[in-house]
Amino acid sequence: MHNENVALTVNGRRHALDLDPRVTLLDALRENLGMTGTKKGCDQGQCGACTVIVNGQRINSCLTLAVMHAGDEITTIEGLEEDGNLHPMQAAFVRHDGLQCGYCTPGQICSAVALLAEHKAGWPSYATADVATAPVLTDGEIAERMSGNVCRCSAYSNIVSAIRDVAEGGRI
Amino acid sequence: MYAFDYHKPRSLAEATALLNANPEARLLAGGMTLIPTLKQRLASPSDLVDLGGLPDLAGIFVGDGEVRIGAMTTHATVAHSAEVRAALPALAALAEGIGDPQVRHRGTIGGSISNADPAADYPAGVVGLGATVVTDRREIAADNFFTGMFETALEPGEIVRQVRFPIPEAAGYAKFPNPASRYAVAGVFVARAAGGVRVAVTGAGPSVFRVPEMEAALTASFTPEAIASVLVDADDLNTDLHATAAYRAHLVGVMAARAVTSALES
Ligand SMILES: Cc1cc2nc3c(=O)[nH]c(=O)nc-3n(C[C@H](O)[C@H](O)[C@H](O)COP(=O)(O)OP(=O)(O)OC[C@H]3O[C@@H](n4cnc5c(N)ncnc54)[C@H](O)[C@@H]3O)c2cc1C
Ligand code: FES
Ligand code: FES
Repeated sequence: MHNENVALTVNGRRHALDLDPRVTLLDALRENLGMTGTKKGCDQGQCGACTVIVNGQRINSCLTLAVMHAGDEITTIEGLEEDGNLHPMQAAFVRHDGLQCGYCTPGQICSAVALLAEHKAGWPSYATADVATAPVLTDGEIAERMSGNVCRCSAYSNIVSAIRDVAEGGRI
Repeated sequence: MYAFDYHKPRSLAEATALLNANPEARLLAGGMTLIPTLKQRLASPSDLVDLGGLPDLAGIFVGDGEVRIGAMTTHATVAHSAEVRAALPALAALAEGIGDPQVRHRGTIGGSISNADPAADYPAGVVGLGATVVTDRREIAADNFFTGMFETALEPGEIVRQVRFPIPEAAGYAKFPNPASRYAVAGVFVARAAGGVRVAVTGAGPSVFRVPEMEAALTASFTPEAIASVLVDADDLNTDLHATAAYRAHLVGVMAARAVTSALES
């Protein structure tokens, strides 16, 4: 069995790696690149702790092989801050106390950032009553759109408040 | 995971050559089922052939009375396609109801139907609409495609390229989702077309199946009331930790009525 040379672009920086093809994107980030912000919860696609944004789309990094992502633009929690300032979504999670232990938080925040982009693009969701009109981000819509991110501490109500705050313009 | 070699072919011919040269190779689509299976060491392919480098396999075409969806098209792409939402809203809604956003961004129609999970949603849409599965070597009618639990008519090395759905007059899908995974505990797809009505059930039995009594009743009168008295036999249905066979049989009736209501509203 052969290793693969793969160049991963993470938060705008290119990293050349020599990887066993079995290495998941999650393990490559954490073990090979030392970027431990992205968390491993279930390691089987069910909790969302490992959510990262790949080419603008949120995905579970535990359910994809690193070698599948040569040439892709990968954004992790470490890449959200701008010039040393928290991303508005990170700031809103702090302000609204959208966490308890914090383990699910990087995944929640990456997911929430992608959620706002999907909403901006006009995507309806399973909770949208009339898919012909632009959906309003109600608490029900946010809960549905965040259904891929589980919080063992059950900080859901404050997570929803944080996301709604940013969606409505926020106070940064 | 057991060790394997990884390949990302740039053409269908290259993919086929890799499969022919390595009889223990497996195709890799979004990995949503295959990667967990490998992690649990339930499969030990010698090689993975990633279909992600074949852009021709992804995409949607609507025309000639059909919706054609490439095998590598993700659930999110189907759910948010304006063309699918206009021509076949029940199918877009089915795709939107699969799993969660992270899963929908990677999971594919080709992977879903090739895997033939008894609780997967797409099999109900494929059989309910009487779709055609187009592979690298032939066309397979939906009724002949799903042959059992995790079993399909696909031969070793056969690659699904596209699924062709005829556009019906009306269609609806309703499921009772598992609250955690959203897989169907019971899901029913109903479609009315010139040739009559088709009713396909997923989640309830070992594989997707049709309900001829409901089809006859709905062809006579396309209303939820028409099927209220049709009883579904629990004998061949599944019992597991989520539901008993008797409960699933009941759910099939409820979901079928909801699917008809949804078809009438669309
Ligand atoms: C947390 C979670 C929740 C989910 N919830 C649901 C749900 O609610 N409803 C539902 O229906 N599904 C659900 N799924 C399944 C998901 O929708 C995927 O469609 C499914 O797992 C297949 O994944 P994939 O497309 O990535 O294929 P892969 O996992 O890459 O492949 C699956 C199988 O199909 C074969 N294959 C793939 N493509 C082809 C092809 N073109 N030709 C021939 N063979 C091929 C592969 O060799 C493999 O054996 C869920 C999955 C997860 C992880
Ligand atoms: S660690 Fe990836 S989804 Fe749980
Ligand atoms: S804050 Fe502890 S799991 Fe979410």
